Amino acid sequence: MKRIALIGMPNTGKSTLFNRVTGASARVGNWPGITVDLMTAKILVGAHMAEVVDLPGIYDLHGYSDDEAVVRRFLETTPTDLVLLIVNAVQIERQMTLALQVRALGLPCMLLLNMADEARKFGITIDTEKLSEALAMPVALISAKYGEGQPAALKKIGHALDTPREAGTAKLDALITPEQIERETTAALHQAVHVPARLPEHLSDKLDRVVLHPAFGLPLFFLCMLLLFQAVFLLGTPLQSAMTWLFDHARTLVVEPAVHPLPEFVQGFLLDGIWSGLSTVAAFVPLIVLFFLFMALVEDSGYLSRAAFLTDALMSRLGLDGRSFVMILMGFGCNVPAIMGTRVMRSRPHRLLSMLVIPLSLCSARLQVFLFLIAAMFSPRNAPWVLFSLYLMSFVTAILTALIFKRKYHSTEPFVIELPPYRLPTLMQIWLRGWMEVRHFLHRATKMIVIGVVCVWILTHVPFNAVPAGPDTLAGMLGRALQPLLAPIGIDTKLTVALMFGFIAKEIVIGAFAVIYGMQGDTLASHMATQMDWVQAVSFMLFTLIYTPCVSTIAAIRAESKSARFTLLSVAWPLVLAWLVSFIFYQSARFLLGH
Amino acid sequence: MRLTDLAPGQHAQVAAVHSTEHLAHRLAALGFRAGKLLQIMRHGALSGPLHVRLGTTDVILRRSEAAQIEVLPLADEAAPA
Ligand SMILES: Nc1nc2c(ncn2[C@@H]2O[C@H](COP(=O)(O)OP(=O)(O)OP(=O)(O)O)[C@@H](O)[C@H]2O)c(=O)[nH]1
Repeated sequence: MKRIALIGMPNTGKSTLFNRVTGASARVGNWPGITVDLMTAKILVGAHMAEVVDLPGIYDLHGYSDDEAVVRRFLETTPTDLVLLIVNAVQIERQMTLALQVRALGLPCMLLLNMADEARKFGITIDTEKLSEALAMPVALISAKYGEGQPAALKKIGHALDTPREAGTAKLDALITPEQIERETTAALHQAVHVPARLPEHLSDKLDRVVLHPAFGLPLFFLCMLLLFQAVFLLGTPLQSAMTWLFDHARTLVVEPAVHPLPEFVQGFLLDGIWSGLSTVAAFVPLIVLFFLFMALVEDSGYLSRAAFLTDALMSRLGLDGRSFVMILMGFGCNVPAIMGTRVMRSRPHRLLSMLVIPLSLCSARLQVFLFLIAAMFSPRNAPWVLFSLYLMSFVTAILTALIFKRKYHSTEPFVIELPPYRLPTLMQIWLRGWMEVRHFLHRATKMIVIGVVCVWILTHVPFNAVPAGPDTLAGMLGRALQPLLAPIGIDTKLTVALMFGFIAKEIVIGAFAVIYGMQGDTLASHMATQMDWVQAVSFMLFTLIYTPCVSTIAAIRAESKSARFTLLSVAWPLVLAWLVSFIFYQSARFLLGH
Repeated sequence: MRLTDLAPGQHAQVAAVHSTEHLAHRLAALGFRAGKLLQIMRHGALSGPLHVRLGTTDVILRRSEAAQIEVLPLADEAAPA
């Protein structure tokens, strides 16, 4: 088996090429000493089976970023038969540096000039024969997005693999000086590449005049985000309900009869533990697909980098960048895809800080709980103000968290990024993105979500002779044990049990009230109004807003951060913050009201 | 003169990059090398980033980073395109 590594600067189309060549067969590979995900796939090129590895995009082989270290480490330790250097043909002059740095390592290389379509539009002409001669390696011109030149390129790759030789590792000390690179680039490009002196005005320039307008740019961006947000959740909510409906029906028609012969508590475990866990996972699937279909559009179009430009003045003060802004905003719909979306950020500290902030966004599940409680406890005149304050609180806690943790998760990555031209992604690209993300989510998060749901089921049902979720269950006992801590914020034992349910998914809290109080709908609402006063209700809502994100969010954080310690922090910090906020509110309200 | 001193639309030539090695590597990779020509496309609002064009590459960078790049402004007629 041969091994082929893809190396290129960020945004040169490596992933596009990888997906096109390998189809859907890609999987995440494990490499000794390398912590980031590297996609690998096995393909047949010419007469050889080859394993293709997509390495992270890097600017400089000898640079200081994490990704750059990953690539060096990979090349040093993993025998490689062929390095495919992917270069954006439009920027060939600048990007040759990386190609020549890699070639100097002594590994067999081949140059793939991508984005042939865009180069043509710019009037750039490239003589691949001459270039190949000057660089002493095979060269092919392709368009990874549209598949142009792909068969010829694959043939050349096959030829390159024909030469029998031992797969080698890189000798990183074989340095080439910037002067040598400059000289060789000039010499090679002089003969083979022609870039017109006057570049035609690009459509991107015209669009940028509107999109990046100093006054209208930001409002336009907010408008676009609002539309996107509405689209995701308008389309997503019915699909989510449909999924729930499907799982509920499957439960009554298939699963319940199937487990019927089993003892009652085993049935409960299977139905309310495992099966509800699985349906919790499934309910996220339509949302994630939709979210990433739209994200692919925003990202591949080049708008995300523009968003970074527009919002950087604000976000840099919070230790974040414009790309986190988009994710935090999406968090108001659902935290889970927003957490997954932080992958567009390249620097790890930025990603972690964003993951800490996103769960504080008042997601639509929490909104349902608030709407129920506010309707039960407040007059229609006051209700909007209560909801507004909760949204405000969501922003305040997010900003506070960013300010507190920005030094701990300080990014050393310089904010110097490329602004790609506007591009329209193909349907294939968009679809692939949605599908890959869902696969990733199911693969990484299912186990943890099911375990979480099962744990809550056990808490609320053991011992089996007690009334479910009643005072004699583990949950009830735990609720009583926690009273010294929670009474000062106005949360009694029953509400504590409801909070434990909220750990599964916030919208379950309403269902939990029904179980705990043994009532439904309007009766439940009016009963609850007699059970607590408005100060308690607001304190409870503040706590619900801030405390531990749901188990699915935690599973996403775990999968994305790959760090148990960070995951623990992302659970512990909001708990502490929630308690503090509720405590300050509850005690000062009690004090001011004088009872 | 520093890159931050240029007005939008102005052309210049990179004279030198005075920054840490980490940043210098990144800037060089994006085209900020002595002798290269550039144009300021726009300034972000509220002291936001700069949008700079170097040949066929468009780059955005914060002012704090741009301040570390020394440039020679070019008269308009000397500028290409
Ligand atoms: N016009 C055109 N666009 C392309 C081509 N190949 C890739 N793109 C676009 O270039 C952008 C970047 O492509 P990716 O495949 O994500 O780039 P990458 O090198 O994997 O980037 P990183 O994952 O950031 O390292 C996407 O918007 C692609 O749609 C091409 O041949 N022609």
